[in-house]
Amino acid sequence: MDLIININPGSSVPIYKQITEQVRLAAATGKLQVTDQLPSVRALAESLVVNPNTVARAYADLAREGLIETRPGRGVFVIHKRKVLAREEGRRRIEPLMNTLISEGLAMNFTPDELKEAFEKKLSQWKNEKGPKQ
Amino acid sequence: MSDQPVIRTRGLTRYFGARCVVRDLNLEVPRGCVFAFVGRNGSGKSTTIRMLLGLLRPDRGQASVLGCDSRQLTPEIRARIGYLTEEHQLYGWMTVREAGEFQAAFFPRWDEKIFRGVIGHFGLKPEARVKHLSRGMRAGLCLALTLAPDPELLILDDPALGLDPVARRSLVESMIYLTRRSDRTIFFSSHHLGDVERVADYLAVLDYSVLRVCCPLESFRDNVQEVQLRFAGAPPPLPAIPGFLQAIRSENQLRVTCVHYNGETEKVLRYLSPVSLELVPLSLEDAFISYLGERGEKSFILSDTEVSS
Repeated sequence: MDLIININPGSSVPIYKQITEQVRLAAATGKLQVTDQLPSVRALAESLVVNPNTVARAYADLAREGLIETRPGRGVFVIHKRKVLAREEGRRRIEPLMNTLISEGLAMNFTPDELKEAFEKKLSQWKNEKGPKQ
Repeated sequence: MSDQPVIRTRGLTRYFGARCVVRDLNLEVPRGCVFAFVGRNGSGKSTTIRMLLGLLRPDRGQASVLGCDSRQLTPEIRARIGYLTEEHQLYGWMTVREAGEFQAAFFPRWDEKIFRGVIGHFGLKPEARVKHLSRGMRAGLCLALTLAPDPELLILDDPALGLDPVARRSLVESMIYLTRRSDRTIFFSSHHLGDVERVADYLAVLDYSVLRVCCPLESFRDNVQEVQLRFAGAPPPLPAIPGFLQAIRSENQLRVTCVHYNGETEKVLRYLSPVSLELVPLSLEDAFISYLGERGEKSFILSDTEVSS
């Protein structure tokens, strides 16, 4: 297991979310494998210097998603790597990028149709060449 | 018994002369939580704490701590409360060990292991003279003296005041260590919202003597949000927005913070026909600052669900 969690109080992302996002990312990129063990709530709370309830909440969210499981007396384990999760996460991350693209485009006086056309053109280039083309 | 709040106030009010310092305060602190009490300087936090401990009489209302009226705290009840304030009395001629022995004499439940653990955590040597300690070390010693009697309820009045970042971190670590006992309650005031975010379960905000927030920390964050609106040209003037806190305008952008953003709020903002409308999460500090800002209307977040403005 190769899991390093860094938290940053004062961020606009609540600490429990910083933890869930980093565990999800580690699972998605293979840094965390199925059957890997996570630190206990208490151990992670003390090493990150945060309230144990915050860690417990993050773990509960991850357990609800089916990514981890707490086995009483044994510890917390990664049990699943679900595609559907990565997809949902992806949707969440792409949303602000789309918003930026559209609002910048509109602010520069492109019409929605022009934007759509430009987007589709770019997309077909990527599909054919599997990479960005000018 | 254990479901009873550890601290409970009803209509607690105190004047200094004609000035009301704490107004009609209703507070409940559940057992086993870490409760952060924040607010600007002079908002009434220390006065509240002194009333809780029976060190100051309320002019109206009532406070109880560990089920006992604050005005009639017995020595037995007091021994179950750890109180740390800036003006902690220490004798400079004593060594750290002697200060511990002196304090231990007053407490039947004194736990030498806790005392040694905390002074070790702050890098204090038992044979060091109190008068030669740095401010951070003194704070560590005071904390050790407060924690070693193993109090059920720990009341810390701005314990981070004047501490350097390393000492402050040690303080936060000690507080987290204390939560190992799930029946221990910590009530603390602080200006360091980063620390509050690390340790607190609940947040209460006192503003000009009035309690304006009292809820789980995350509920406060969920309820204070910023909306970023972009416009093709200059942003139009703002209509009345429910729960409005503040607005910052720039060339073609409007950033509006408000409490309890919902469909109704969005409808009002959509009327301005922005090019885009985006909900942006705020840091705890930004949420706190815009919540206590002078520009908007005063709103209240006083429980998990109930929001009024």
